[in-house]
Order: sequence, then structure tokens, then C-alpha cells
Amino acid sequence: MWTWFHRLASPPSFYRFADRLAPWLLLLALLLLAAGSYAGLFIAPADYLQGDVFRVIYVHVPAAALSLFIYVLMSVAAAIALIWRMKLAECAIAAAAPIGASFTALALVTGMLWGKPAWGAYWVWDARLTAELVLLFLYLGVIGLNQAYADARTAARACAWLALVGVVNVPIVHYSVQWWNSLHQGSTILSLQGVMNPKISPDMLWPLLLTLSGFFLFFFAVWLRRLQNEVLLRERRARWVQELIPS
Amino acid sequence: MSGISKRQQRLSAVVILLVGIGVAAALGFTAFRKNMMYFYTPSDLLAGAAAEGATLQLGGLVEKGSLRREDGLKVAFVMADCEKQLPVSYEGILPDLFREGQGVVATGRLRVDPATGERSFVASQILAKHDENYMPPQVAASLKTADGKHSCAPFKSVYKPMTAAADAPRS
Repeated sequence: MWTWFHRLASPPSFYRFADRLAPWLLLLALLLLAAGSYAGLFIAPADYLQGDVFRVIYVHVPAAALSLFIYVLMSVAAAIALIWRMKLAECAIAAAAPIGASFTALALVTGMLWGKPAWGAYWVWDARLTAELVLLFLYLGVIGLNQAYADARTAARACAWLALVGVVNVPIVHYSVQWWNSLHQGSTILSLQGVMNPKISPDMLWPLLLTLSGFFLFFFAVWLRRLQNEVLLRERRARWVQELIPS
Repeated sequence: MSGISKRQQRLSAVVILLVGIGVAAALGFTAFRKNMMYFYTPSDLLAGAAAEGATLQLGGLVEKGSLRREDGLKVAFVMADCEKQLPVSYEGILPDLFREGQGVVATGRLRVDPATGERSFVASQILAKHDENYMPPQVAASLKTADGKHSCAPFKSVYKPMTAAADAPRS
């Protein structure tokens, strides 16, 4: 197990592993997303209060969940990169940040489109919305910092520190609706209580679980592909890359 | 020094950083809890938590049977949290999801009647605050539509520390 893990962490074997895995993840993700979108739009019943507007949930909740999940993943990679100086973990930070920023932006935009018809406002400065916006800025900070250094390893270390410091914002985003008064409602499924007893009726829940898992698999597929590119870029002078891509 | 490797030094730097930031954030947000609140509750305003005439947000449930429509776009209703009630007047367009028994967040100011000393709220904007429960209409109809269907737990008092009631699941 450990030897397999160690072998996987070496760039060439990771590259081959990702090459085999990514297409299948992407295929499965697209199937789940297609099924989930169809079910969410046409099979799930309309909400008693919000009518069809609530269907934004099928994009908004997965995007928001991923925005937090990717940040946690990035900060775990950051800790590994800082402590063990593992090259693959350094690549993982750089590969994850733009995807995380995209999902955060998607969560914010879908949230605004939901907020206008449901609340009556696109945006308010409550704790949840503000903390999620800060999350977007953290991602953009990591992306910018990564670009600011000529040396990839120095850049990765700077990004790792920023990613680590920013992880404090993740529980703030998640628990903001519990700790403080906000216009945003509490968690429907992504809380301990919500997982045990979802606050959404079963015929609305299963399409959400489909899009949720589809979004997650989609992220992993894209992350693997971006990781492959990062590995290639950083190892471009290594022999295995020269053999793989004859210039 | 010899006993501690470079890696262990870096490990402890990471741990110290995380613990330090965590503690700083916890202390900071506990001290400024009040400032993180998006709105006051009726209990807060009745207890004199805010000055008369200051613009602020008030959050609560629209009391069942309290909505009165007056001339034009004028409406009056009562907002409540788990404990107290406060009359609200408003002139303007209500959000689509405005319902009796549902949550709202009103922006406006507290008014104290100079003669009687009675407190009320004059709103200039009303936003709907729906909860995290989603269900088809049939399910909603089969649930008891009496009071207690919508939890007042999301309306936490700004001036009281978090109570067990605020975290309790809806009944």
C-alpha cells in the first residue's frame, strides 16, 4: 500500500495513472450531470413556496460545496508541500486554485440569480455571502501569487502558506448561517443534521445527489488533467517528458 | 537542536500557524459577534438594543393573521421571533415570497410613539427570508400549517449569547 502510494507520488507514474483514470471520471461525471439536470428540471416537483425557482439548487449547492471542498483539498496539499516538499502536492495547489475559483464564482452567480426572485435582492452583505466572496478572493490570491514568481517551487511555497492561512475561512463560510443571523438560509443537506435527516423531500433530493456527485467527479477529472499539465510543465527537462513528447 | 529534523520543524510551523489563526479568529469573532449579525430581532429592539431613528435591519417571522393592506401599497403586519412581537409598517412592493408565517428581513428604523411610548418599526425595504426546507405543495399541505411550522431559530438575538433553543431542530 505504502509503496504503491510512494510510486504514485513520483511524477511519471502519476502522469500515467491520471491518464488512465481521467477519461472514465469525466464520462461518469457527464452521465451523472445529464441525468441529474434532467431529473432536477423535469422530474422533481416544484417547491411549495418557491415554485420552479428552487431548481437553481441543483447547480448552486454542488458549486458551493465544491468551493469549500476544493479549498480544504488545496490546503491539505499545501501542508504536504510545506512539510514534505513533495512536488506533486505543489502541483496540486496550482492545479486546484483556478477550478476552485470557478466553482466559487459559479456558486456566487447562481446564488445571486436565486436571491433576486426568492429574497428580493441579488446581493446583501450578510455573513454567508461576504465570507463566500472572501473565499473567491483567496482563490484569486493563490492564482496571482503563483504567477508572481519566476521559480515554480518558490511560487508553490508562497501559495501553500496563503492556502493554509485562508483555510480558516472555510468553517466561517460553512457555519456562518449557524453562528450569526443571515439572510441566507441554513444547510439543507450539508450539515450533520442535514445528512441524517435531509430537509428536502426525497423526490427533490435524489436529483440533487446526482448533480452533486456529478460535479465532484467532474472536478476530479478536470483536476487530474490540470495536474498532468502542471507535472509536464515542471518536469519539462526530465527525460521521461522528453521521451513522452519529442520536441 | 540535533533531535529535531528540518521536517519536524516545518511540521510544527504549520501546526502553530493553523492553531494561532484558529484561536485568533475564534477570539475575534466572539468579541465582534454582534457586528456579524445581519439583523436585530424583535426582542432586541423591544429591549432597547438600538437607538430610535437609526437605520437597521430587523429579522423575524411574519405573524399569522397580522397582515393588513391599507391605501395603495401601504401594509402593516407584525414581526415576531420566539419571544416578542413588533408591529411593522411599510409602503412599497413586497417580495414574491412574502407570506404570513414566513421569515422576512426588513430595513428601516425603530419608532417610539411619543405619547404612548409604544415601539414599532418603519420599514423602507422588505426581503423574504425562506428556510432550508424544500417540499412539494402536497407535502407542505399535509404538514400542520399552524404555528411552529417555521422555526424561529434562525432569528438569533444579537444581545443574548447563543442559547440552546437557537440550535435546536425545528419541531
